[in-house]
Order: sequence, then C-alpha cells, then structure tokens
Amino acid sequence: MRKFKEFIIEKLILLSGLASIFFVILIFLFLLKEGLAVFNIVSPFNFLFGRSWYPISEPPQLGILPLILGSLLVTVGAAIISIPIGIGCAIYIAEVAPLKIKEILKAGIELLAAIPSVVLGFIGMVTLVPLVKNVFHLPTGLTALSGSIMLAFMAMPTIVSIAEDALYSVPKNYKEGAFALGATHWQTIWRVMLPAASSGILAAVMLGIGRVIGETMAVMMITGNAAVIPASILVPVRTLTATIAAEMGEAVVGGEHYFALFAIGIVLFVISFAINVTADLFLHRRQ
Amino acid sequence: MRNPYRTERIAFSLLFLATLLIVVPVGLIIVIIIQKGLPAINWQFLTDIPRQGMRAGGIFPAIVGTIYLVAGAILFALPIGLFAAIYLSEYSKDNFLTRLIRLAIVNLAGVPSVVYGLFGLALFVVFFKFGASILSGSLTLGIMIIPVIITASREALESVPYTFREVSLSLGASKWQTIRHIVLPNAIPGILTGTILGIGRAAGETAPILFTVAAFYLPQLPKSIFDQAMALPYHLYVISTQVPNVEEKIRYGTAFVLVALVLFMNLVAIVIRYNFRKRKKW
Repeated sequence: MRKFKEFIIEKLILLSGLASIFFVILIFLFLLKEGLAVFNIVSPFNFLFGRSWYPISEPPQLGILPLILGSLLVTVGAAIISIPIGIGCAIYIAEVAPLKIKEILKAGIELLAAIPSVVLGFIGMVTLVPLVKNVFHLPTGLTALSGSIMLAFMAMPTIVSIAEDALYSVPKNYKEGAFALGATHWQTIWRVMLPAASSGILAAVMLGIGRVIGETMAVMMITGNAAVIPASILVPVRTLTATIAAEMGEAVVGGEHYFALFAIGIVLFVISFAINVTADLFLHRRQ
Repeated sequence: MRNPYRTERIAFSLLFLATLLIVVPVGLIIVIIIQKGLPAINWQFLTDIPRQGMRAGGIFPAIVGTIYLVAGAILFALPIGLFAAIYLSEYSKDNFLTRLIRLAIVNLAGVPSVVYGLFGLALFVVFFKFGASILSGSLTLGIMIIPVIITASREALESVPYTFREVSLSLGASKWQTIRHIVLPNAIPGILTGTILGIGRAAGETAPILFTVAAFYLPQLPKSIFDQAMALPYHLYVISTQVPNVEEKIRYGTAFVLVALVLFMNLVAIVIRYNFRKRKKW
C-alpha cells in the first residue's frame, strides 16, 4: 500500500516537472490556433510590413509596421538610458559601495522591481508626462520619450541584479592578480572584471530589453497610443503590447480583428522566446 | 602623463551618480505615493463600494476581487510549482530533458504578461467556456507565477545538505519519506518566500486579467468563481485613464493600497528569509 502511494506521488512529481514544457507548448499552440487565421485575410509580408493599422475600417487594414516601429523606438530609447546607468549601478554595488550601503541599495532595487507596472504608469502620468510636455514645449507629453524613460526604470532592476551577480561570480584571484601587478581598483574593474563578466552582463542587458518589449500597462498609459509610423521620439506612439491590451476589449471573438491581435501575440512570443534562449546561453557559458 | 588615481576618482563618481539616478527616483515615487495616498485612506474608503461612477465611495470590491484572484492563483500554482521543484532538485538527472525543462521555465518567466492574457482568453474563456470569470483569471495568473515558485523552491530544496538525505536513506527510509520528512521541513522558509513573492507578483499584474476576469465597474461582491470581479490594479488603470474627473485623492489612495499590499508581501518574504538565515543549523 505504501509502495503504491509512493508510486503515485512520484508520478505526480514527474508530471509537474514536465508541466513547464507543457505550458510553453500550450501557450504557443493556442496563440497559433487563434492567430494564424489572420493570414487568410492578409499575407504574412503585408501583415509585418504593412504601413497602416486600421483594424475596424471596411475592409480592415492590418499592417503592424507602425506598431513594430513604435515598440522599437521606445525600446531603443529605454535601452540607451538603462544600459549605462544599470551597469554603472551594478559595478558600484558589486565593487565600490561599502557593505552596509550595499545592502540598502540592493533592497532599493528590489523595491523598484516589486512596484506594479500600473502604479509606475500612473506615477509617470502625473509626474513625467507634464515634465516632458513643459521641457520640450509639446502639445502633449504622452510621447515615445516618456515611455522610454519609464521603461528604462522597469528594465533597471533586471539589468542591475543580473549584472551584479555576474561581477560577483568573477573568481577572486583575478582581482588579486591585478592588484598584485599594481593596478588601481578602477583599472582592475575596467580591464579585468568587466571583460571576465562580459557574457553575464550581456545576458543582463538582453533580459532587461526583453522586459521592456513585453511591458504593457505603463507603456499603454504614457505613450499616447497613436498607431502611426513615428516621425520622432517626441510624438505619441503605440507599441505591440499596448495594441493588444487596448483593443482586445472591443474585438469580436472569431473576427478579423481578434485574429490579428493574436497574430501580434505570436510575434511577441517569438521575440521573447529568442531573447530568453540566447540570454540563457550566455549565462551558461559563464559557468 | 595621465594620473590613474584621478581617473579612478572620476570613474567612481560617475558610478555613484548612476546609482543615485536609480535610487533617488525610487525614493521619490514611494514618497509621492505615501504623501498623497495616505490621507485618502480611511475606513470608509477601504470598506465601501465605488459610488457615482467611481468618483466617490471606496474600493472594497476591488480589494476582495484581488484577494480571490491571488488565492485561486496560489491554489493552482503552489502544488505544481512545488512538485516541479522537487522533481528538479531530487529526481532529475543531468540530461537533455532536464535542460529542456530549465529552458521552458526561463521562457515561461519571460513571456510578456499581455501574452498570458491572450492565452487565458483563448484557452480558459473561449475554449473551456469558463467565460470572463475569477476561475479564468486565477488560472492565467497561476501559470504566470509558476516559474517564480519553482525557482525559489528549487533553490531552497537544493540548499538542504546532501548528508541529511544520506542519513535518512541509510536508516531505511524510502526516497519519498526522506523528501517528505527530512528535505521539505528544512526547505519550508525558502518555499514560503517564493510563494509570497508569487502572491505579490499576481496581486500587481494587470495585463493577464484584462480579458480574463476584470470588470470595469461592478458594485457588488462576486458570488461564485464563475463571476467577473473587480481587481485593484485594473481599477487603478480604469480610474486613471478611462474615467474623466476622478478626484486625485481616490487615484492616489488606490495606488497606495496596491503598493502597500505588494510591498507588505515582499517585506514578509524578506523577514522570513532573514530569520531563517540567522537560525540556519548548517
């Protein structure tokens, strides 16, 4: 009897172990099931590179190029802001900060990671958006730039914690060797620590960017939601994620619009899959 | 000649500046939310239904909705996540399958939250015909937090020294008895930490519940798991972007309650971790 009970439990454990694989496949299959139907209406090329997104006009125009460019613009902006600051902060925490301050800083970063994105979006709306509007004398502060700044903050916890881990796991004798040769602390960091931790830092940057591309609520609240090809970083844009979140409520289940939004979901899934697999390879090479 | 010590001083000041650029805004955000949100909090705000098109009254249904959703998500995710962690730490060998599972977990953690929303809509709402309901929303959030629970639990299980297992096995205990009576009790604090972090994550997410459960305005409490419900993060989104002329106080008050809830969860997790590290016997 006990043997039988243990047999059942061990099978359950095995099944749960396989559950993650099962869920990833299930997510992909259901996105395909609902999304591929859009290609009966529009060719994959015209879907990805079509210049106009008017999903409820007659006939609907389902080109997601404006959305892809919107996502790209906001992401590049966020990357330019968050990568140097994030890596700088990671080096400061890992190498320069005194022990007590280090713990406080790490807690602060964890705090930032824990704040829900809808709250950051709300705070961005009431503080950052008016600021951008006044500084650049714009008709509206709901712009790609506001989105980039806000998203940079959401990417930083990921970048800082993974890059700090990477620096921390550089073997101690590398550092001691550099010191023994008379290098200053900064020379050691710049010429020895950073190159040794480079693949981990690269993974940190990639995962940070992955977080930015997938972020939905904050970006929907502060980028202005205009589905047109952006002319500059100071105009409203709309990202892939925000389009799904904003329009799914109005789409009819089984309609063209509904299929098109799921097809955008497929694009996002594929991008995040590629980023995570590559980042994982980099993280593993380090060990 | 360039002075390396001056270069070092400049470099370290720049690093310090980068750190300030992250930490100061975080501090400001927290201060703003507390300063403007705290005055809005009173008994009526926490226990009343929203009134006058959400421009007055309280947020009680949203609080209750979030509690239901999070409870459902944990009921679903904890057993699967814990068993998966046991598999990875106690049973798996270093082979292709294990690598595949690890990769799947990494990917599950990286899927954009709005894609979880789409998935929940397609599978639970449309395919299983649960409709927009607490059940659909909980299951969607549950799948989303499984990676959080697996990662934390696995770390906790693996940090139990191998000798503990060897002693138990040498006394004639079976593998499952060893896990059940020796490994699990010693890993509980770590598992608890992971679970609480999962709760915090589930409570704050908006995109996965947009199309699976969230009700725009529902001034009554849900009666069954097949009902729609309001939820705190979605309510904050609605009153800050969809409804005009909502008093600032109500918005900040809602943001304060949501942040307080999430940060409280994180604080509890940190305290458990800290106490456990202090008392660790090995």
